Amino acid sequence: MLGNLVGVLFDGIAYGSLLFIISIGLSVTMGLMNFVNLAHGAFAMLGGYACVLLMTRAGVPFLATLPVAFVVSAIAGIVLERTLYQRLYKATHLDQVMFSIGLVFMAVAAATYFFGPSQQPMRLPDYLRGQVNVFGLDLGAYRIFLIVVVAALTVALHLLLVRTRFGAQVRASVDNAVASAGLGINVNRVFGVTFALGSGLAGLGGGLGIDVLGLDPTFPLKYMVYFLLVVAIGGAGTIKGGLVAAMILGICDVAGKYYVPQIGSFIIYFLMVVLMILFPAGLYGRRA
Amino acid sequence: MTDTSTAVPAIAPLLPTDRWRATEIAFWAVAIAAFFVFPQHRVLGSQILITGLFAVSLDLILGYAGIVSLGHAAFFGLGAYAAGILAVHGWGEPLSGLIVAGAVGALAGFATSFLVVRGADLARLMVTLGIGLMLFEAANQMSSVTGGADGLSGVTMGKVFGLYSFDLSGTTAYLYSLGVLFVLFVVARRIVSSPFGLSLRGIRENVRRMPAIGAPVTRRLIAIYTISAAVAGVAGGLLAQTTQFVGLDVFGFPRSADLMIMLVLGGAGRLYGGLVGAAVFMVAHHYLSDLNPVYWQFWLGLLLVVVVLYARGGILGAIEALRDRIRGERT
Repeated sequence: MLGNLVGVLFDGIAYGSLLFIISIGLSVTMGLMNFVNLAHGAFAMLGGYACVLLMTRAGVPFLATLPVAFVVSAIAGIVLERTLYQRLYKATHLDQVMFSIGLVFMAVAAATYFFGPSQQPMRLPDYLRGQVNVFGLDLGAYRIFLIVVVAALTVALHLLLVRTRFGAQVRASVDNAVASAGLGINVNRVFGVTFALGSGLAGLGGGLGIDVLGLDPTFPLKYMVYFLLVVAIGGAGTIKGGLVAAMILGICDVAGKYYVPQIGSFIIYFLMVVLMILFPAGLYGRRA
Repeated sequence: MTDTSTAVPAIAPLLPTDRWRATEIAFWAVAIAAFFVFPQHRVLGSQILITGLFAVSLDLILGYAGIVSLGHAAFFGLGAYAAGILAVHGWGEPLSGLIVAGAVGALAGFATSFLVVRGADLARLMVTLGIGLMLFEAANQMSSVTGGADGLSGVTMGKVFGLYSFDLSGTTAYLYSLGVLFVLFVVARRIVSSPFGLSLRGIRENVRRMPAIGAPVTRRLIAIYTISAAVAGVAGGLLAQTTQFVGLDVFGFPRSADLMIMLVLGGAGRLYGGLVGAAVFMVAHHYLSDLNPVYWQFWLGLLLVVVVLYARGGILGAIEALRDRIRGERT
């Protein structure tokens, strides 16, 4: 029983890390540009397909496909940001929601057209398969890998935001875009780079997540709620909030499906409504 | 545009007039004419009318009060199941079934309105989405009551007014739906052109200023959310009664998303926008999705992006802009 509990916690944390790495870009863009982007999952899907195609068609090893997934999604992100998203920063939330739902529909249809409607096969390299015995507990090797990668990325992101000049510009722009522009920060460029970074991380998460989340054309719709939840519960624009929210979600979802499978995803939706009522601005959100 | 033309709206009466315009009468005449012109499409026609009513209910909260909801199907589904379950258990009288469906929708709307009026757009989006998904899961699990994934079958309806029974050609369904739609539309039209409706627009435009002029924002929003949920419940009840079946998809997220698309496509904040959007959307869906469902979704997505970028007011907004331009050239 105790072993089960630890196992569930561990799986939940791995699942949460994945949610975190995909959603963190959404959290930053939402905090920075106040843009409700329902299409964020599409960037994750793009990264996932990049990984799968490189592995199955070109025989590239799994680890080498991950940077490519990042770059492909980041490029797609910046192209869309410069051409389309940018025009809607000042639009109402309704317009943004409709626009991004439109993008999701197009992404789903395009993925079906090019790659077919079925789940993509995924074979992890042998050294990431199977179980590893840690302190008498059998833990999935790939899940350990996930947690380590995400932990490293989180530290890197934190350092980027807190220690670098660019990070200071991002934080200033999140706090007050108008004043930052007045101080000579090129807010427009900060927006663009941040959006690309967020899309790239989503793509990376999509690649990492194929084994856990699966990959088929409905991916952006299926996990849209989860990504939005991480942002809504954590509070837009904070890394810490996103991390905490992703862990809560991951653990509750895995635990719910493990212990009470008959009510399935009910738990997560219930949790979401309760949390949104208790913290309308998110756990770490700033009150407007 | 000259200075004098911009000054005109300022002297126009602030309260919208409640008079029926010729174009409105023409619109309803078209709805009646469609009954005679396309007798083979009355089933589709009744579906359009029902979806139109559903879109009007969303317009009340979205177009007028500015509440972005991604889970309006919750009330539609509750109404559908309420009317359907009543009929399964022997209460087949349609009109009283609709009243129950509306009441169930209103009750659920009132109960959840307290959660929805709190928070900003994102929180509202998540709460409405969550409530919709929760109800979907609940209906899926309570298969003894709802039929679960197989849907609720065995809905046997009585005759409308004890005279007209529902038939396969959709004749009764069309006229029944049209009648209910018209009555509720008149009510909705009256609501939005009342001082209450005007205060909703004020809340949409500037929520901070409204309390300063004495409008209780929270209470107004709760009221309109409840009304909207009741109308959605009636629309759901209509669907259950006319199709004599309730499937799980009445609660589905696609239904809420499609509904928003129709409303935005037709033009939100006009009441007629929902009706026009529903008609265009459903006719297009009827003919295009047969070709290939995947292409349909792609073009739908593209259409949405284009509407948001270039035609914010939707179809009716574009027509209005065109009309204003023609009038502007004449003077």
